[in-house]
Amino acid sequence: MSERGASSSSSRESSPPHSTEAGGRSGGSSSKRKKKKSVSGAQSGISDLEAALSGRKTIQVKVNGRVYQREVEPRLLLVDFIRDHLGLKGTHIGCDTTNCGACTVILGGKSVKSCTMFAVQADGEEILTIEGLANGKQQELHPIQKAFWDNHGLQCGFCTPGLIMQAYWLLTSENPNPTEEEIRLGISGNLCRCTGYHNIVKAIQSAATMLRSARAQEQVVVTAREGRR
Amino acid sequence: MAVATFFGARVNRREDPRLVTGNGLYTADVVLPNMVHAAFLRSPYAHARIKSINTEKAKALPGVIVVVTGKDIASKLNPVPCAWQLTNAEIKVPKYYPLEIDKVRYVGDPVAVVVAETPYQAADALEAIEVEYEPLQAVVDQESACKPDAPLLYDNDVPNNLAFHWKISSGDVSRAFAEAEVTVKERLVNQRLLPTAIEPRGALAQYNPSKDELTVWITSQNPHVHRLLLSLMTGIPEHKIRVISQDVGGGFGSKIPCYGPEAVVVLLAKELLLPVKWIEDRRENYVSTIHGRDHVEYVELAGKFDGTITGIKVITYANLGAWLSTAAPGVPTILFGTMLSGPYKIKNLECEVFGVLTNTTAVDAYRGAGRPEATFILERIVDIFARKINMDPSEVRIKNFIPRDAFPYTTPTGLTYDSGDYEGTLRRALEISGYKDLREEQAARLKSFLQESTETGKRKRTKEKLIGIGLSSYVEVCGLGPSSIVRSTGFALGLWESATVRVHPSGKVSVFTGGHPHGQGEETTFAQIVASELGVNLEDVEVVHGDTDKVPFGMGTYGSRTTPVAGGAIVFACRKIKEKARKIAAHLLEAREDDIVFDSGRFYVRGSPGTAKTLAEVAWASYGAGSSELPSGLEPGLENTTFYDPPNFVFPFGTHVCVVEVDTETGQVKIKKYVAVDDCGKQINPMIVEGQVHGGIAQGVAQALWEAAVYDKDGNLVTSTLSDYAVPTAYELPSYETASTETPSPHHPLGIKGVGETGTIASTPAVVNAVCDALSNFGVKNIDMPLVPEKIWRILSSSSPRLESPSSTTSPS
Ligand code: FES
Ligand code: FES
Repeated sequence: MSERGASSSSSRESSPPHSTEAGGRSGGSSSKRKKKKSVSGAQSGISDLEAALSGRKTIQVKVNGRVYQREVEPRLLLVDFIRDHLGLKGTHIGCDTTNCGACTVILGGKSVKSCTMFAVQADGEEILTIEGLANGKQQELHPIQKAFWDNHGLQCGFCTPGLIMQAYWLLTSENPNPTEEEIRLGISGNLCRCTGYHNIVKAIQSAATMLRSARAQEQVVVTAREGRR
Repeated sequence: MAVATFFGARVNRREDPRLVTGNGLYTADVVLPNMVHAAFLRSPYAHARIKSINTEKAKALPGVIVVVTGKDIASKLNPVPCAWQLTNAEIKVPKYYPLEIDKVRYVGDPVAVVVAETPYQAADALEAIEVEYEPLQAVVDQESACKPDAPLLYDNDVPNNLAFHWKISSGDVSRAFAEAEVTVKERLVNQRLLPTAIEPRGALAQYNPSKDELTVWITSQNPHVHRLLLSLMTGIPEHKIRVISQDVGGGFGSKIPCYGPEAVVVLLAKELLLPVKWIEDRRENYVSTIHGRDHVEYVELAGKFDGTITGIKVITYANLGAWLSTAAPGVPTILFGTMLSGPYKIKNLECEVFGVLTNTTAVDAYRGAGRPEATFILERIVDIFARKINMDPSEVRIKNFIPRDAFPYTTPTGLTYDSGDYEGTLRRALEISGYKDLREEQAARLKSFLQESTETGKRKRTKEKLIGIGLSSYVEVCGLGPSSIVRSTGFALGLWESATVRVHPSGKVSVFTGGHPHGQGEETTFAQIVASELGVNLEDVEVVHGDTDKVPFGMGTYGSRTTPVAGGAIVFACRKIKEKARKIAAHLLEAREDDIVFDSGRFYVRGSPGTAKTLAEVAWASYGAGSSELPSGLEPGLENTTFYDPPNFVFPFGTHVCVVEVDTETGQVKIKKYVAVDDCGKQINPMIVEGQVHGGIAQGVAQALWEAAVYDKDGNLVTSTLSDYAVPTAYELPSYETASTETPSPHHPLGIKGVGETGTIASTPAVVNAVCDALSNFGVKNIDMPLVPEKIWRILSSSSPRLESPSSTTSPS
């Protein structure tokens, strides 16, 4: 049963390529890079897509403050890029139809389901994943992470990174003072099978309070970008 | 350190810091050097003969390492084992192979596997495999499948597709029905559900030729059981397989069974000498990971006009799908039929179950497993009975409850309920929900609804929303379970649990548990138990699970058993350690053992608490590192391994109240209020108990209102994605009001019972009872789940309401 060579492990065409690091923690340098595509870049045309499909493409993304340059297959999903090419396993995959939200990351300031974008569409973008929310270490938590912990907002934890990223977007970009209904609507793209959402909603309410009072005291809210400096 | 604060304290979970930072390690996250990727080709037909498979084109694709068919490995893998073969009924266990050889039996049945360098290449290669099928007639519903002319899945190996016909009875049911003042009957359907752990299943196997050993990372609720079953399938000796399952993203029963593809991955890793990884996608999960429930029930109840229930009769057609999964036969029988008298003192009971194979995905344990099905029919038929005799449903329940002074209580099916106060939880639930006021509001709403519809003459246009109130009382058998009993039901192993508690020389403690929590929080609650028992700091206790090389053989986590059974093992291990530590302390303090007092982690001579030895000092001495030698004859070291076989099951119970609003214009149901009063005995960590109840309620509500796994007549799973299968979001679900009473289990060392499934068991009938209650004036006796707006809208638009108060409607039976 080993027709193709049992011990074959040689790199063939579409195995993950070797990485070319483009400069570690780049700080402000990334602002000099030209934005090639926005989140809505998917609309930039079928012809673009066709051209892109014909070969591998080198992309450059800034993830959690660090710039990565990689050569990828055009069909590579962003979530697979994040998980398998960058090794950031905190972003999860729970479905293949854009329903579960386990793969939620912040891209260009918006929450996106990273299973529903190609990695090439993220070229030139800035991405924040769960690992970048605080410092990626368990000793230092972002207020939303802390609120999930304090309010028992997770059980198996599989949905949790996605939900935390969605809550992050909701509270920092969309609505710092949401009602319960607005929270429930705001996270309705993320499925949790364990908690029945009750404590997730409570966690987000409490995080909202924490973030608001932090802002009121003009304290620095830890965002990944700032925290990474 | 005040030890008492640990047990019963709302301690934050120690699992969480890793999980909220993305540092959890789920099976899909494990990466090994030279790892390759498997993908399974699955049948598009529900029933077909495999005429030929051509893998040549697939093999030629870039990155493809091997393509293997069922025929290729037929001699290398044994059939998928079924571990719960009934003893009191003849059971036919068909041979179901990990990869089908000449016939496929459900859509999703695996026929070939590709191994390639990347998952994308593996997926490409699947499309290049050519399979010629000869389609056969399929049968998907269990009532048709056991009729004489139905197509046969396994030909004469399983005549009539009937895997078993199981019966249980007690008392004199015929007489109860002959003498009944009133009887009610109903056909109730407990629809098929998809467990939907958000993490799909997967496995990664690595063979180490230098030691001739395999390591398998797997999404499992029971790593040792997986190891044993993988060994049985592959023939690789059990001690040469190490199963690791670190973080698991939910299971709900679906990660108990051992599946054929898991064994295929193990075999491939050994043959290819490469680490082989396989991770399901969601569609694959939906078509090939076990489903739950799927019963058709014919239920009859006999009673008196004063509300007394005198007998119950149930005929169940249980759909088992295309093969007998690991625990499948026990679910619709032992875990169902034995619980049909519920919290009531019903003496006459009869149940027969037809376990039927069909051309669908296998059905096995899904959260609650058998007990939700039993509670559903009982709580539905009790409500139908109450309505027929014009009695408030709460009164009928109170009238029939086993009284609190009757425990231990032996049920007609032979179980011994350990303790209970059923009326207590019901009264508490009525009080919290404001039951009396709710009934008044309901009557007022109904009145204005009827007035409005009369005034406008267009009933359907009224804006009024109807209120319905549903109760559900339950008792659950959990903490599985005393090995003598589960063995007598045909389960292949005992259901004890193991624990090793190791006090290190420094006094730090490691606990190795055979349970395998995956969301239930026992890394925290078990540390709370140990900290309380040994008087050490919570942070000084580590809880280890999910690795067969570290933990003694354990039975795993399911059936609300981990806290009571694995927790019990830990308690006894701690107590044995304390006994030994007391001897060492006596020696160190130069006192008699009898005079040693143990309090808050310190040993001292009675009356002299000032001179004490801490557990850490005793541990240090026990390893021969202390200043004095050990007492003569005592072995060094301070650890203990206990296998705890509980003397009985534990029986949590409770009452839930659901209040719904039904929009008469759209048929939409909204849960206005949900009150859960549960009693799981002593609580180690009430925060975690509440979380378990919340999640359970959500899954039960989901069954009542939205979820259903739907097959078309050809055996295609129509709901094969999360776009089609309606797992509720935060926007659909309500907040829950939870409360508890505390009736400790008298036989458990800590008085605890399980709580992982109670919410699921109680909530489904509470919601359906509420909706039927709201619509009772439309002549509605029952609506089959899920209660989607369309069904309700049709009822509202096709029938006229009658002016009767909801609790006095008499419906035909
Ligand atoms: S994995 Fe992206 S939405 Fe489910
Ligand atoms: S915590 Fe398990 S899916 Fe949300």
